[in-house]
Amino acid sequence: MVKKIKNLKEFSLSNDRFEGANLMCPGCSHNIIVREVLNATDDPVIVATATGCLEVCTAVYPKTSWDVSWIHIGFENAAVAAATVSAAYEVMKKKGKLPPATQKMVDEGKEPKIVAFAGDGGTYDIGFQSLSGAFERGHNFMYVCLDNEVYANTGGQRSSSTPIGASTTTSPAGSVSYGEKMMKKSMVEIMADHGAPYVAQVSPSKWKDLVKKVQKGFEVYGPVYINAQSACTTEWKHAPEDTIEVSDLGVDSCVWPLYEIINERDEHGIIYSTKLNITYRPKKKIPVEEYLAAQPRFRHLFKPENRHIIDLWQKAVDARWEYLQRREEAGV
Amino acid sequence: MAKDLKEIKDINEIKDLGWDELIPGAALFSFTEPVEDVVEVPMDERPYAATNSHEWQVGDWRVEKPVYNRDLCIDCQFCWVFCPDMSILSRDKKMIGVIYEHCKGCGICVEVCPTNPKSLLMFPEHTDNNEALAMWPKKEEKK
Ligand SMILES: Cc1ncc(C[n+]2csc(CCOP(=O)(O)OP(=O)(O)O)c2C)c(N)n1
Ligand code: SF4
Ligand code: SF4
Ligand code: SF4
Ligand SMILES: [Mg+2]
Repeated sequence: MVKKIKNLKEFSLSNDRFEGANLMCPGCSHNIIVREVLNATDDPVIVATATGCLEVCTAVYPKTSWDVSWIHIGFENAAVAAATVSAAYEVMKKKGKLPPATQKMVDEGKEPKIVAFAGDGGTYDIGFQSLSGAFERGHNFMYVCLDNEVYANTGGQRSSSTPIGASTTTSPAGSVSYGEKMMKKSMVEIMADHGAPYVAQVSPSKWKDLVKKVQKGFEVYGPVYINAQSACTTEWKHAPEDTIEVSDLGVDSCVWPLYEIINERDEHGIIYSTKLNITYRPKKKIPVEEYLAAQPRFRHLFKPENRHIIDLWQKAVDARWEYLQRREEAGV
Repeated sequence: MAKDLKEIKDINEIKDLGWDELIPGAALFSFTEPVEDVVEVPMDERPYAATNSHEWQVGDWRVEKPVYNRDLCIDCQFCWVFCPDMSILSRDKKMIGVIYEHCKGCGICVEVCPTNPKSLLMFPEHTDNNEALAMWPKKEEKK
């Protein structure tokens, strides 16, 4: 059942199913994303979390911060855990063997929603194989990547999501290096190329866009991938109170464009239509420099010898924004 | 001696226990009894178990706390939606106040509050809330 959320006041009527006094850092975006995703529906939710900040800090023995059914699984297999729940649910439902409480919910039109949360390390890198497999098999679940562009939970190592020039503990900036050397992996397109019915990129600062996309994702049948920008005060090194501002700078500079890709397949699995929609267009596209300047992980780029990396950044962001607009225009 | 978590009634029974004094592999219960549809039950009416973090507190992480000024608030709910720690209490579309047991003092709610002057401001943790309200700044002129 789609929850009606016309505006923020209406959204604030939601009763959170994710609890306070968890041990996430003050000002952490992961928490904001989880709240927005869970509050996007009033249906029962079953969550699987990959190891990472979210899992480790919301289940510190002897306490839990989850009021939904919750599965603690490995670093590399959140997608498989969620896919397995989905497969089991479908078989039990078909055989009429759902637990009575679940059956009652289903009869009332409240189908359980199955969601996997994982970090970028758990998604772009170590969990990629199980994620790709679950999407290829077409299980009915949603996968949300909490993308803070670093292995935050283990002390800030680079991942294949870390963007060029970021200083991390395994790509430190110094007298011989400007930090990370590789460009960020295009995870959204990679997941869309699996033929998934719905793939989207979101930011917690644009709550309405995020909630709308999550609701769309819950409505389609099949695997859904949501790539969520997650400003990390500890590893991006901005002040905790600036989390929303840094997120907005990312969106308004088009470093973090908000868009969705919708695939339609026939009964043989042939993709006959792909559409890309840009869901937010900044009124004024701000220079990437402003986004970088707000985060001390990029501080060294402002030295004269590293300035060329900022130029490269702008070029890369402009090219990608162009590409997205061309795809939207062409309807592919 | 190992404790069975199902028997725990109060967090004080488990707060200071070592990890080896608790039953390994025991389920952590969110509630003391089954709740049919959690989403229909507001937080203050839920039968929380001692093993739900809701019963614990992280308020002592703060050096500064947000203080709320009802007189200026327009109930926009920006603070509610962007608080990472479920620490803004809203009921019936109205902002009511800050849950100090769970607030970590990040300051996001103050940053996103759109009123002028702001309806939420950070004050040193030891400040009395009424004193904070008495020294609330005046409206800032737009430059
Ligand atoms: C197989 C395996 N390798 C390594 C680890 C150690 N480990 C736990 S969390 C983590 C980093 C998680 O990074 P990410 O997925 O980006 O999540 P974040 O903490 O940034 O949210 C690592 C390396 C592990 N738990 N399991
Ligand atoms: S390290 Fe970053 S992602 Fe992890 S809890 Fe802290 S702010 Fe959140
Ligand atoms: S300071 Fe942070 S944790 Fe506390 S109420 Fe404000 S946003 Fe929430
Ligand atoms: S952000 Fe400010 S004005 Fe809006 S509800 Fe919160 S305290 Fe009130
Ligand atoms: Mg990460």
